[in-house]
Amino acid sequence: MSQWMMPLFGGVCIGVAASFMLFLNGRVTGVSGILNGVLVPRKGDTLWRFLFIVGLMVGGLFIQLLQPESFLNLTTTSPLGLIVAGLFVGFGTVMSGGCTSGHGICGISRLSVRSIVATGVFMAAGFLSVYIFKHLLMGYL
Amino acid sequence: MKNSITAFGVGVLFAIGLGLSGMTQPQKVIGFLDLFGDWDPSLLFVMGGAVGVHFFAYRWSLQRTSPLFSLHWHIPNKKEITPSLIFGSLLFGVGWGIAGYCPGPSLTSLVTLSWQPILFVASMISGMYLYRLGARYGFF
Repeated sequence: MSQWMMPLFGGVCIGVAASFMLFLNGRVTGVSGILNGVLVPRKGDTLWRFLFIVGLMVGGLFIQLLQPESFLNLTTTSPLGLIVAGLFVGFGTVMSGGCTSGHGICGISRLSVRSIVATGVFMAAGFLSVYIFKHLLMGYL
Repeated sequence: MKNSITAFGVGVLFAIGLGLSGMTQPQKVIGFLDLFGDWDPSLLFVMGGAVGVHFFAYRWSLQRTSPLFSLHWHIPNKKEITPSLIFGSLLFGVGWGIAGYCPGPSLTSLVTLSWQPILFVASMISGMYLYRLGARYGFF
């Protein structure tokens, strides 16, 4: 199978999932926003968020059973690098109100200018980050 | 209750999509972000597939006055390009490039019980709390 078939098929699954969330619940499937909402629970607005995250892990179990190689290619980033990266991702996504799913998929599909700008910025920052940390610093973080 | 069941099912399908597409492989994600090195553009198709479906589903869904299991739509309607939007996205992108994890795939990868996604997710949640803490004291 060619290199882009599985990414495309996986992307379609993601798009269908986000479309169910919209059509049935009227909500955006933004993973960082949903997780952030679980951290400070509000009555009547927590269970669905929690179950979405449990669903992500149950889906992960399916993947581990059906296609375990999806998890083989683990990150080679050092523990310190993972801590810095995690802090930046958590802090940054709440500050900007979205991540790859909320801004990148749902927002771009709505043609939201904010989301298009956010996606442009985090993609550019991602390119720059890999250039700096992988090439200039030779993976020293 | 219906909302919660939907959210669970969406989570499962979403994670399967992430796994099949390659987004749960940080090395592959870093390859996709390695524009100035050995660039692997295949993950562009993930966004292409997802947006390709959701673009039309969004327009089709919004023809209804409300979603099926809720009284009204809960869709963000902010318009302003704020410094928080830019600076937050910048931080997120840098972190994404360092580890190769964004929020969805990192949570999905917790099932491996490997220390890498566990450490990343714990730090990500701390980052979210740190932002709240800063916002509460009026820093941003």
